[in-house]
Amino acid sequence: MSIQILGLNEINGPLVALENVPDVGFDELVELKLNNGTARLGRVVQIAGSTCIIQVFEGTSNLSLNNCTVKFFGEPMKMPLSEEILGRVFNGSGRPLDGLGEVYAEKRLDINGQPMNPVSRVYPQNYINTGISSIDCLMTLIRGQKLPIFSGAGMQHDKLAVQIVRQSNISEDSGGRFAIVFAAMGVKNDVADYFRRSFEEAGVMDKVVMFLNLSNDPIIERILTPRCALTVAEYLAFEKNMHILVITTDMTSYCEALREFSSSKGEIPGRKGFPGYLYSDLASLYERAGVADGAQGSVTQLPILTMPNDDITHPVPDLTGYITEGQIVLDRTLDQTGIYPPVSTLPSLSRLMKDGIGEGFTRKDHSAVANQLFAAYANVQDIRALAAVIGEEELTQSDRQFMRFGELFEQRFISQPFTENRSIEETLDLGWSILSVLPRGALDRVDDETLNQYYDHEAARKRFGIE
Amino acid sequence: MSANTVFSINGPVIKVKDTKDFAMMEMVYVGNKNLIGEVISISSDYTTIQVYESTTGLHPGEPVTGTGSPLCATLGPGILENIFDGIERPLQKIKALSGIYIEEGCNIPSLDEARLWDVSIPVRKGDILDGGMTYATCPETSLIEHRCIVPSDINGEIIFVAENGKYTIKDTLVTVKDANGAVHTLTLAQKWPIRQSRPIRERLPISMPLITGQRIIDTMFPIAKGGTAAIPGGFGTGKTMTQHQLAKWCDADIIVYVGCGERGNEMTQVLDEFSSLIDPKSGASLTARTVLIANTSNMPVAAREASIYTGITLAEYYRDMGYHVAIMADSTSRWAEALREISGRLEEMPAEEGFPAYLPSRISQFYERAGYVTTLSGKDGSVSIIGAVSPQGADFSEPVTQNTKRFVRCFWALDKSLAYARHYPAINWTTSYSEYIDDLSAWYETNVDKSFLPHRQAIANILHEENKLMEIVKLIGSDVLPDDQKLVIETAKLVRVGFLQQNAFHKDDTFVPMEKQLKMMGIILYLYNKLKDALAHGAIFSDIARTDLFETIIKMKYDIPNDNLALFDRYYKQVDEAIEKLISQKG
Repeated sequence: MSIQILGLNEINGPLVALENVPDVGFDELVELKLNNGTARLGRVVQIAGSTCIIQVFEGTSNLSLNNCTVKFFGEPMKMPLSEEILGRVFNGSGRPLDGLGEVYAEKRLDINGQPMNPVSRVYPQNYINTGISSIDCLMTLIRGQKLPIFSGAGMQHDKLAVQIVRQSNISEDSGGRFAIVFAAMGVKNDVADYFRRSFEEAGVMDKVVMFLNLSNDPIIERILTPRCALTVAEYLAFEKNMHILVITTDMTSYCEALREFSSSKGEIPGRKGFPGYLYSDLASLYERAGVADGAQGSVTQLPILTMPNDDITHPVPDLTGYITEGQIVLDRTLDQTGIYPPVSTLPSLSRLMKDGIGEGFTRKDHSAVANQLFAAYANVQDIRALAAVIGEEELTQSDRQFMRFGELFEQRFISQPFTENRSIEETLDLGWSILSVLPRGALDRVDDETLNQYYDHEAARKRFGIE
Repeated sequence: MSANTVFSINGPVIKVKDTKDFAMMEMVYVGNKNLIGEVISISSDYTTIQVYESTTGLHPGEPVTGTGSPLCATLGPGILENIFDGIERPLQKIKALSGIYIEEGCNIPSLDEARLWDVSIPVRKGDILDGGMTYATCPETSLIEHRCIVPSDINGEIIFVAENGKYTIKDTLVTVKDANGAVHTLTLAQKWPIRQSRPIRERLPISMPLITGQRIIDTMFPIAKGGTAAIPGGFGTGKTMTQHQLAKWCDADIIVYVGCGERGNEMTQVLDEFSSLIDPKSGASLTARTVLIANTSNMPVAAREASIYTGITLAEYYRDMGYHVAIMADSTSRWAEALREISGRLEEMPAEEGFPAYLPSRISQFYERAGYVTTLSGKDGSVSIIGAVSPQGADFSEPVTQNTKRFVRCFWALDKSLAYARHYPAINWTTSYSEYIDDLSAWYETNVDKSFLPHRQAIANILHEENKLMEIVKLIGSDVLPDDQKLVIETAKLVRVGFLQQNAFHKDDTFVPMEKQLKMMGIILYLYNKLKDALAHGAIFSDIARTDLFETIIKMKYDIPNDNLALFDRYYKQVDEAIEKLISQKG
């Protein structure tokens, strides 16, 4: 039986305090019914004796101390789930936005989830082909991985996310079903629209579950949005055996909402005012990616975050990078020179890649070509720095070859039209072809056998029109 | 005792009002689900408890019961090859019980109570037992003999001894009557409070290196058995990878690997990899000497704080049996953040960056539990600690890195720019240091070679010289340097790529014996000195660059198998011939 209490004792930001509550559980869900007939949801965040503090999801505006009734549900917030959830659109706290009514629930799960037992995890090994050369070759996305995109305001991360969603191909084995859970947190209206439209155009809308929390929605809802989305993802992956790609954008907005909420509770702030538990909080989201023993499905996460002031040491990208298994960093200089996707190769990394590529997954020479491209491009950066000082004319012959390699690498390999879907073979062959403009002796990360097979200086010169 | 009940709840911190029943650091059960908690502060009004599991759904008014003892680790056979969470609960068993997720209130014994061990008991009735003596042994894994040590507070005459045979950890093996007439029973298992270090007879000076097979560590910045090291580095610089390499190859008898607030998939990788890897010395699987403690970042934060202590307690327990133990903690920053998080919930006054003021003392308490010792039983044993540090924003001036630096003697600074260039291990040779060189010099001289330390110094000098020259090169290019400096730059490149850089995925290069490390340095220095001579006798650097000497030697790590070091002679011949040719051309 649920308890109902009339009136409140204190309102402060998104928090309300209630006294003389007889029996209430930590993290319990509550509903505040206003006199005008509307209702809001909330959650118990602190209890001291018979006093409890409730965080109201839809904000506290219009609430007064005596215009509402609080109803306690006796359980934490749960998300109603069934397979029919595909194709639906929800708001940030999991309420339907599309006018199709409540989900007819087959199961209801706590949105906070539970930590996965490390011994129940299966080490992720199967790769996801995104059709984007820079990602497939240099920072391969693995099923069950969490690989964030570090972007900045004004860069084309949304376009890249759409391209990944459209091209991602996982059906090559077992006929596993693929679906996308998309959670927008604090995004602009037109960005949410852009995603919705792009999904419709790509014909994938029936495989998408959307959660929309726009930038003018209450911040408290924003804290729930990724949790609802991941609960749906876990349900579909581990109970319905589907492969789920979760795209969450923008994690920076989420963290700022968390900061706002934390400061309204009067907590001691850590770096840049973010709460000290930001790492644990982010981990409780990101760690929900994975492959579980005994289930056919997987949860892959592609969180997008904008680095404030393009600063990768800002707490949000920094803590994210410590939790996720690599990162895809977008670079403003590349973006400005018209290279799309502007993937900055050197700071980007996929940690799970080494075990998910090579023979049996992609191709035997994959790690050789990837390592050599990294090393050669790192060298290009040094030479460019030197050239900036002494002028290109003064460079040695070999340095000039590297400069040309760098240009080709950016223009032909990294850069790729929005509509082009490159197969892994095309990508790797292109990589070899660009490497082949360098003298054979410069490729010091590759053994001779592989070079004999793929290195072709003359063909490369012809292909790229080098005298 | 009147029933104590939950009064307030704030995340993992709960309070009990008006009670005097609890002791500091006592382990308690909280609520109807029996969540495990620990008393962290007591006042006349409130007793504050941190709970090691999620408190979602907990109500005020639910019971809190004390256990009368501090949070303890269960020590006995069955620890090795196992994987535990931060408070030593067996994760395999939890999986069998609650599926892919960890549910709250899983109170299962740490060690398998049904498993029979093949026990031999070397003591006899009437013997006088003293703390530290071995009263029973059993083979725990194919590699390790488990020796049960009498707890330090028990001594007296044996009044009962069981026959050799098969026993579980619950069966009584020996009964002892002490001077006061009190009777103690000893089984295969015992308990020890995790926050208290185990007693030893005396600490010994550091004298032996912990051989890791990683060139930059063994040669440039060695760690000693019983020593401490920190690996700080931003994300993506290879902390975990370095820790894995050390756990796989270092010559400790026992490895305790603590995954403290890190990624779940990494623990899976350790599990997978270690069970498929074979220990080169014994031919047994690496898991036979390993215990894993996995408290991943999404598991409760209070248990993360405890995981470090659980790990070091297990390490000390095996040290007391006379083993050399290495403990890898990945990452101590997550542990420090757990301290900060709990401190914040207690509304303590924060010091730097929100960390509590007692952070340095906690860090030092942890690292000081390392050491090379004589145990109570008179055997030699050691605990070496290797802690990863994850500085925020890769900024080494933050509190955890700085405080760790004060209490470790070995500092392997990982460098982002090396990692970007895929130079692994990305240990920066200018900012890293080891204070153990002097302690270990005698060992190197007797066990490797007299030339080892001079060689090491010469290599370090070349790198140092390069570092100075690079300042100039960055400004005006390497072409303008005089020939002898060009040679330094080229040789330094050989050192960096051919020696310091090491391929963890190559069968020979993943572990390199000391002898090969010495020979590799030897040939590099031989080449360098010969060429320097040649330059002095009129050779030109561009001619030298045209020979394939550098290209050949740079590949020595792959071309020379670890078991055929005689092949190095080939290089000496090649160098001599090439230089002769150079000089004769000139002449």
